[in-house]
Amino acid sequence: MELILLIFVFVMAAFLGFELIQKVPSQLHTPLMSGSNAISGITMVGAILAAGAIEGDLGKWLGLAALVLATINVVGGYLVTDRMLGMFKKKGK
Amino acid sequence: MEYLINISYIVASVLFIFGIKMLGSADTARKGNALSAVGMLIAVVVTLLESGLSYTWILAGLLIGSAIGVVAAKRVQMTGMPELVALFNGFGGLASLLVGWAEFAKAGNFDESAYPVFTGCAVVFAILVGGITFTGSMIAYLKLSGKMGGSATNFPGQKAINLLLFIALLVVGGVFVATNAAWALYVVIALSLALGVLGVIPIGGGDMPVVISFLNSFSGIAASAAGFVILNNVLIVAGCLVGASGIILTVIMCKAMNRTLGNVLFGNFGATGGAAQEVEGEMKAIATDDAYYILEAAESVIFVPGYGMAVAQAQHAVKELGEILENNGAEVRYAIHPVAGRMPGHMNVLLAEADVPYEQLCEMDDVNAIMESVDVAIVIGANDVVNPAAGEDESSPIYGMPIINVHQAKTVFALKRGQGAGFSGLVNTLFFRENTRMIYGDAKATMNDLVGQFKD
Repeated sequence: MELILLIFVFVMAAFLGFELIQKVPSQLHTPLMSGSNAISGITMVGAILAAGAIEGDLGKWLGLAALVLATINVVGGYLVTDRMLGMFKKKGK
Repeated sequence: MEYLINISYIVASVLFIFGIKMLGSADTARKGNALSAVGMLIAVVVTLLESGLSYTWILAGLLIGSAIGVVAAKRVQMTGMPELVALFNGFGGLASLLVGWAEFAKAGNFDESAYPVFTGCAVVFAILVGGITFTGSMIAYLKLSGKMGGSATNFPGQKAINLLLFIALLVVGGVFVATNAAWALYVVIALSLALGVLGVIPIGGGDMPVVISFLNSFSGIAASAAGFVILNNVLIVAGCLVGASGIILTVIMCKAMNRTLGNVLFGNFGATGGAAQEVEGEMKAIATDDAYYILEAAESVIFVPGYGMAVAQAQHAVKELGEILENNGAEVRYAIHPVAGRMPGHMNVLLAEADVPYEQLCEMDDVNAIMESVDVAIVIGANDVVNPAAGEDESSPIYGMPIINVHQAKTVFALKRGQGAGFSGLVNTLFFRENTRMIYGDAKATMNDLVGQFKD
């Protein structure tokens, strides 16, 4: 049953994602791409669980590598997007 | 505790949804990004509450990753943004691949999993999509940063080989699901990585924006697949949101080039055309001294920036010249093609960095409507997006792509480094037009030269 629920959630999220962005001005495409790219770094949650496992040497190493990479993706992604958007803001003045 | 974690995951998912939504509008974009970052922080912090974790490795991973991420984000030049996003994207894909692999490595089989067959499939899928995302993004990174030639790489039987690889992948993946044999997993990993490389090398550098956007969507799907491996709802939701919205964004970008996604990915664009084309007329060069006199008399001027402006870091010089022209009584506008540069909105970011007033940035359609009344159009390192062949030459690969019609302006100055073809490998008929004058050399130097002449 749990699996069916997760698949249900997946399908709903897919439709939501399709609806979320319809009319985005082209100058926001780059920040949108890099911002949503940072969100896809959510895989770091999975990496934390793998890296923090008590048992299994190989699994831990793989988890650690995954965690480093995903953290770069998340931290770097959000900061870079913020930097870009900060520049847009200035010109509004 | 389990409840607290799951409820926090729901909160994080909601913040992601609001974040993406707000990123789509100029006024709220920055807040949206911050909201989704808060969502990520919540998701990470509550995950640490999960019982039975040893924190040494986690802390090490978080510290190393954050340090690298911060340095990369602070150091990068705005011009290098596209390749950095490609790089980050590749890391995310590789991370999902590793999460899938790690889950298998823990026990060596899925016998204890509640859904052994499903988990096996999810692992294969996470590795397949994550692997393609990783190597595909790396190739995109190399092409964008100029470490690898931008043109398309083709060899006979390429598509057949890719198809065979893919079929082999599915077969070996099936073997892995059935037997949980480690060798099968390693073969799946290797084939996925190879497929990412082979899938992206036949795509020309000019199409890299679309490729990155597409791979961004892929990295979301990979995260979602990793979520199914460890049965974690926030991975599934957030990954799927990125996957779906990324596809939409990719399609929007393809439409701006009047092409389909299939044509971009499999059309071998950038390898065809160019060679056989013959253009009448000749390219006429002009010196900056003479260009100055024309600009001095111009009443309306349009700048059309392209990737060349980014390469030359000319945005500040461009803005300076724009200000001088304005003080000289000319009406100054900047026309930005939706796919100018190496990423959509790339030029907007650069001009914003240089403090160009927002009101002077114009969309393609608005500018085309008034193009005939424009005295001088200055093309700065843009190529395909101003190529009249897109509207006139049915045999041109870019035929049908909407362009900025600078050739209708009274005079066109085209700033270019040399006489060669553009990034896509196409000959630009604009450069051979009667009303076009070429100004060769580094765009920044040329701009500074013109600024200097006005000041004297």
